[in-house]
Formats: sequence, structure tokens, C-alpha cells
Amino acid sequence: MRRLAQSFLAVAFGLALGLSATWIAGENPWEVLKILARGAFGSRENIGMTLFYTTPLIFTGLSVAVAFQAGLFNVGAEGQLNLGALAAAAIGALLPGLGWPMAPLLASLAALAAGTVWGAIPGWLRARRGSHEVIVTIMLNFVAVGLSTYVALYVLKNPESQNPETRPIGLAYMIPRLGVFGDAPVSAALPLALLVAAIVWVFLRRTALGYELRAVGQSEPAARAAGIDATKMRILAMAIAGGLAGLVGVAEVLGNAGKFKVEFSPQYGFIGIAVALLGRNEPIGIVAAALLFGALHQGTRELDFSTEHITSEVSLVFQGLIILAVSAEPVTNWFRSKPRINTDEL
Amino acid sequence: MRVSRKLFALLVLFAACLSPSTAADFKVGLVLDRGGKDDKSFNSSAYEGANLAKSKLGIYLKYVEAADDNAFEPSLRAFAQRDFDLIIGIGFAQKEAVKKVASQFPQKHFAIVDSEVNVPNVRSLMFQEHEGAFLVGAIAAMTSKTGKVGFVGGMDIPLIRRFEMGYTAGAKRINPQVEVLANFVGVTSEAWNNPPKGKELALSQYDRGADVIFAAAGASGLGVFDAAEQKQKFAIGVDANQDWTKPGLILTSMLKRVDEAVFSTIEEAKAGKFSGGVKRFGLANNGVGYSFDQYNAKILSETVRQRADELKAEIMNGKIEVPDYYKLNR
Repeated sequence: MRRLAQSFLAVAFGLALGLSATWIAGENPWEVLKILARGAFGSRENIGMTLFYTTPLIFTGLSVAVAFQAGLFNVGAEGQLNLGALAAAAIGALLPGLGWPMAPLLASLAALAAGTVWGAIPGWLRARRGSHEVIVTIMLNFVAVGLSTYVALYVLKNPESQNPETRPIGLAYMIPRLGVFGDAPVSAALPLALLVAAIVWVFLRRTALGYELRAVGQSEPAARAAGIDATKMRILAMAIAGGLAGLVGVAEVLGNAGKFKVEFSPQYGFIGIAVALLGRNEPIGIVAAALLFGALHQGTRELDFSTEHITSEVSLVFQGLIILAVSAEPVTNWFRSKPRINTDEL
Repeated sequence: MRVSRKLFALLVLFAACLSPSTAADFKVGLVLDRGGKDDKSFNSSAYEGANLAKSKLGIYLKYVEAADDNAFEPSLRAFAQRDFDLIIGIGFAQKEAVKKVASQFPQKHFAIVDSEVNVPNVRSLMFQEHEGAFLVGAIAAMTSKTGKVGFVGGMDIPLIRRFEMGYTAGAKRINPQVEVLANFVGVTSEAWNNPPKGKELALSQYDRGADVIFAAAGASGLGVFDAAEQKQKFAIGVDANQDWTKPGLILTSMLKRVDEAVFSTIEEAKAGKFSGGVKRFGLANNGVGYSFDQYNAKILSETVRQRADELKAEIMNGKIEVPDYYKLNR
């Protein structure tokens, strides 16, 4: 509960700071808050767009969190999700004859597998060779983006378009849309994300393997002393993290675009780090944090329409301030006027 | 909390005093590409055209910048739902979004730049880039002393290949032996905004003997101009008139009047004369061309200009057919 309260306080603090920034920019902060809320939840379509942006953030938030739980920092979700999306689109482009439901199933598995492999590489390098996973995942992001761009442009190029993207996949590949949200591209990927969050929770909290994984994260020497294969656990954690990020491909390719578009992700992988941080690496917290960041991303678009001075980039300011407030726990603790040393984090 | 509530109340009052009156009745919504209104090139040009309409015609103008590709469609739709009269999408990336939203709002007027959308209430603003590129290609070949001219393209897409093909044809028209060195900055939209790479490519072309380089590369072209300054050789600008950026080194600029196209579309729509379909901007209606002003007056000689204007007339009356990459690669 205390950690939940801390996160809540951090969000409030970040929002307050952000709103004061809009005041400096010449807007009425109360109006800005109302516009934000209306933009994110004001109509069926707006709610839909919020949920549309929430879905990939759940996947990337979980991805970062699972690695965190094993004491690893996955900065590579951006690359993993790019390859996941590319794999899903490639299956669709190469096997146009496949029917429903085999088609989306196979494409989803491809997205999962591509992400898993891309996550396992830094996991293996860390566990066996001692290469720091932060450096490796950052570098692999560049490789993944380059690789997926190459495939999209030279192997599976869409001849109909000037945009850098792959050929469209068949209709049989598309997963159903949730029609209640008007034109917003909310698909079955949203319930899938919630289901995956539940599975991750069960895995981490209710299985022996999940326990071992967390034990490695808490203290590697202690875990080793207890007979846990920390090397294996590290590789496993990064593989799972990669697979989770790869599932963004299901939401983007099978649920929305119907193809892989180069640069489709507005930094879902990096926002996922903030989501995991704010959600305290717990699946339920991550879902809530993903919703918050999804709402910010969508809501700030409305600011563009309804204010004179603020553009959608202000969402980055809000995100930054919230992240700052989350990571600057001494500040929130100071607000509780009870300084204390934090021992139960990460 | 009580204090902040009072503060908010004060601010509401404050904002109420400041809120501008929106008397203008004709509302235009502009959805810009990811480059944003300050890219000093394509989007800036579109924004300037719309802004001119705002000051000259007294329209109400609202623009938004898309944060990601998935934001195009809801942005266009939000304008349509808010009773905007004319909604303009800037850039070919919005093709599918404009097509979908325009079909959903058949009573509204839409326009899109650089892409053809075949929906009755959409006007597609297309430019004959190859014609303008042909002229600056000819100017480059006439000015070159080495018989080698360069081309630095932004993103390697058909649109920029169209520039390149026209440029090469124009240069060869003047000097069939001319050698055209062509490079592209990249293959993703990042290629529009990578001046260091543009500079590298240009330096390499200058080193290989080119003495005039045409940069059709958005903001990456600024790197080409830097290279021109370093080597004291000529460069050619694109889209907007960029002659002023390095006076004496920018030989001319190939103009692509996105601002004109946007302005005239708003003007006609406001006068109730909006029509759908493809509207082409070429040499004949000054949609494309080359620039001549005080900044390049000393380097662009009269004879060169005369010859360029002759070629322009020959293209317009059909004596010269400029190869069009779009038609040749269908």
C-alpha cells in the first residue's frame, strides 16, 4: 500500500509540475487538466485511442519489469518490439494463403519468438560472458531497427506506397477489433495484454521458476547458495522480457496497421521503462501505469486542438516530470515529512 | 488545497480575459507531417501558405502536428467532427488516413499534398517536381566547369527519384557528356533531418569533381550547403527559396510552391469554389520553378537564365518531354 501511495503521490506531483509549466506557457492549468481528461476519456473514440496506446505499453512495461525482477535492466524493448512486429508482418507477407485462425496464431507466435530470441541474446551475453545488458540491449536496438528497416525496404517492400513499410498482410491475419470504440483501432490485443499481465503475475508469484527468478534479482549469491542456477535464470528472464516486447507486434501489425511500418513505435520500448518504474514492477501496477501513459499520449493531442500555446509535445514534458517524481523518491518522501531510507525497492 | 482552488479560480478569470474571439467563420484545419511546422522546408512551406490565408482572407486556422503515424487519422477526424470546413493533410504519409476520413465525412472538404486520393471530396495537390528539377539540372550543367554535377537526395523513395530523373535529364539536355553523381542520405524519414550525412555525401561528390550539387533532402540539405561553403563550390536549394542561406554559393533553388497550393485551395474553398480531384502544379502555373533574387543575382548569369527560360517554354509547349519517374515506374 505504501508503495502504491508513493506512486500515486509521484503522479500527482508530476502532473502538478507539468500543469504549472502550462501556466507559464500562458494556459489555464485547470482547463488544461480538463482538456487532457476529455481528450483521453471524453468520447468512445478517445477512450479507444487511449486503450490503443495503452496496449503496447502493457507489453513493454511487463518486459522491463520481468527483467527488473531478475536484477536486469532491459533497455532493449524498442528493438525487440520492432523485430516482433517485423516477424508478424513477414509471416503475413510470405504466407498469404493461410486462413483464420491459423494465420493470426502463427503470426503472433512469430512475433513472440522473434522478441524472445532478441531478448535472449543479451541475456546469454550477460550470464555467460559478463557483458553488461544495458550496453548490449542499447546496441541491439540499433541493429534491430536497421535489420527491420532493411527487410521492410528491400525484401518485403510495399510497392504501392512511398512509406517505408512491408506489403500488407491478408485480412485473414487480422485479429478482431473491439467495435464499441468507434473508429479507434482497439483490437483483441488489449484483452490479450491483460491476460498476459495476469500470466506474468502468476508466473512471478505462484510458480517455483518465478520465485527462483526473483531470488536471483534480490541477491545472486543467496540464490546461488540456495542452489538456483542464476545463469539460466538470467537468460530466461531476458528471453521472457524480449518475448513480451515482441508481442507489441500483435497489437500493431495484426490489430492495427496490417503491415510493418518503419518507425511505427512512438518509443513504446522506452516509455515501457517508465511504466515499469511507476508500476513498481508489478503487473497490476503496470497495467495502471500503462493506462496513465496511454491517456497522456492521447490526451495531449487534444491540447493541440483546444489550446493556443500547447502542442502535443507537452506530453513528453508530463511524462518526464512524472518519471522524475517517481525516481526522485526523496522528494515524495519529503512531502510525507518523514525521511526514511528505502530498502524495499528493486 | 484551498489555496490552490483560489489560485485556479483566479486563473480561470485570467484566462477568460485573454481568450481570443474567434469571429472568422471559415475554419481550416491543418494536419502536419511528423517534421512539424518548423522544419524550414516542406511543412513550414505548407504552414506559411495557410498562415497567409489567415492574414489575407481572415480564416480561422488551427494546425496540429502528428506525434506518430497512428495519430493522423484521429486528428483528421477530430477536425471533421469540429465543423472545420476544409481539412488539409500535409505529406504522402497521410494518404490512407485522408482516404478513410474523407469517405466518412462526404460533406466536408479535404486536401492532401503529394499523394493522390480518389475520393470526390478530396483535392490532391500534386507537383510536377521533375519539370522544376529539369530546369535546375540544366542550370547546373551550364554552370559546371568540370562536366560533373551532383545530386544529394533525402529519403530514397519514388518522389525523390523523380527529382533525380528530371535533374539528370535537364543536365544531359545541355551537355550529353555530363556526369551526374547521385547519392541518397537514407531510407527512412530520418534521412530528411541528417545534415552531417548530407555534408559527407556532398564533400565526397565535390572531391570526385562535381562543382554544383542539387540537394533535395529537406533539412539534410543544410549539410550540403555547409560542404559548398567549405569547398567554395555551388549548391542548389529545394522546395523553399533557400538562396539567402549562403549568399553567393546557392546557385538557385528549385521551388516547389506548397504554400501556393495550400493558399489557393483555401481561397477557392472559402469562395465556395472547392472541387475535388487531382490538381497539378507545374511550370505553367508556377507551382514549380527556379529562384532568382538579390542573393544569387551575381552568380546566376543572364545567359544561363535566358537558356533556362527557353527550356521552360519548350517544356510548356510540349517540345521537350521531361521523363517522369512516376510514369516510367508504374
